[in-house]
Amino acid sequence: MNGVHDMGGMHGLGPIKTESDDVVFHEEWEGRTLALARALLAGMHFNLDEFRHAMERIEPSYYLTSSYYERWLEGSITLLLEKGVVSQAEFDARLADLRGETS
Amino acid sequence: MSSDGIPGPDSEVALRVKAMESLLLEKGLVESSAIDALIDMFENRLGPWNGAQVVARAWTDPEYKAWLLQDGTGAIADMGFDAVQGEDMVVVENTPQVHNIVVCTLCSCFPWATLGLPPVWYKSAPFRSRAASDPRGVLAEFGTEIGADTEVRVWDSNAELRYMVLPERPTGTDGLDAEALAKLVTRDSMIGVTKVAPPD
Repeated sequence: MNGVHDMGGMHGLGPIKTESDDVVFHEEWEGRTLALARALLAGMHFNLDEFRHAMERIEPSYYLTSSYYERWLEGSITLLLEKGVVSQAEFDARLADLRGETS
Repeated sequence: MSSDGIPGPDSEVALRVKAMESLLLEKGLVESSAIDALIDMFENRLGPWNGAQVVARAWTDPEYKAWLLQDGTGAIADMGFDAVQGEDMVVVENTPQVHNIVVCTLCSCFPWATLGLPPVWYKSAPFRSRAASDPRGVLAEFGTEIGADTEVRVWDSNAELRYMVLPERPTGTDGLDAEALAKLVTRDSMIGVTKVAPPD
């Protein structure tokens, strides 16, 4: 699949921002996202190829502006919704609760 | 949120993670203790200090080095580093004639068992897009100059096969044992974007 993820040889994506420290997770949610995806893979709710494909299906403009763990999160959510493990309605309702919105 | 984005504490993305996690916990599909254990593993048990021990052993044990270059998976497993994302490992040796650099252009495949999780720049579009097409330019951005008469080889990792660089042993280290040598080996040198610096 010749998608935006196939980045080898692309031009114009800017300089490399190197980092001297060895911080594993820059935000707490990043670690939770990684661990949740690994747990879902281990529990066979989806497999690694499905997971990678779900990330490769991310809308190109979002793919280019999102971080690695944002793509892991969206890949996981996509598969959970598609497989019916979580419904869109319950996910939306939970998100609204967490935002403090009244539904 | 940018490509190296660090969102704020009440960010939308953090709320989306909480929404997913709380639903999965309620459904009994994941356990809180398992999630915490996984985070602990990635923060504290998987990291470049594992790969550094492999490199130091190869520098001090010619038989091990030969095994490592011929059967990376087996030689690394012999050190006990056979955890996730290191099931099929190829180790490539830097020499005065050849400098190797590792990338994953398609995503961010990385040898977790020996190097831990990849740094942000390894996962970023600038590195993924240019490491193969302009490796010397990329190396220069890391402050690494490779002589014109040294061949530069780029290895593009994938989901099944992951590469690690065996860097050159620096000069001035003849008297050091494997433990002391391991302390000199950096994550970036095992990706091939830098060399191992001699001791101070």
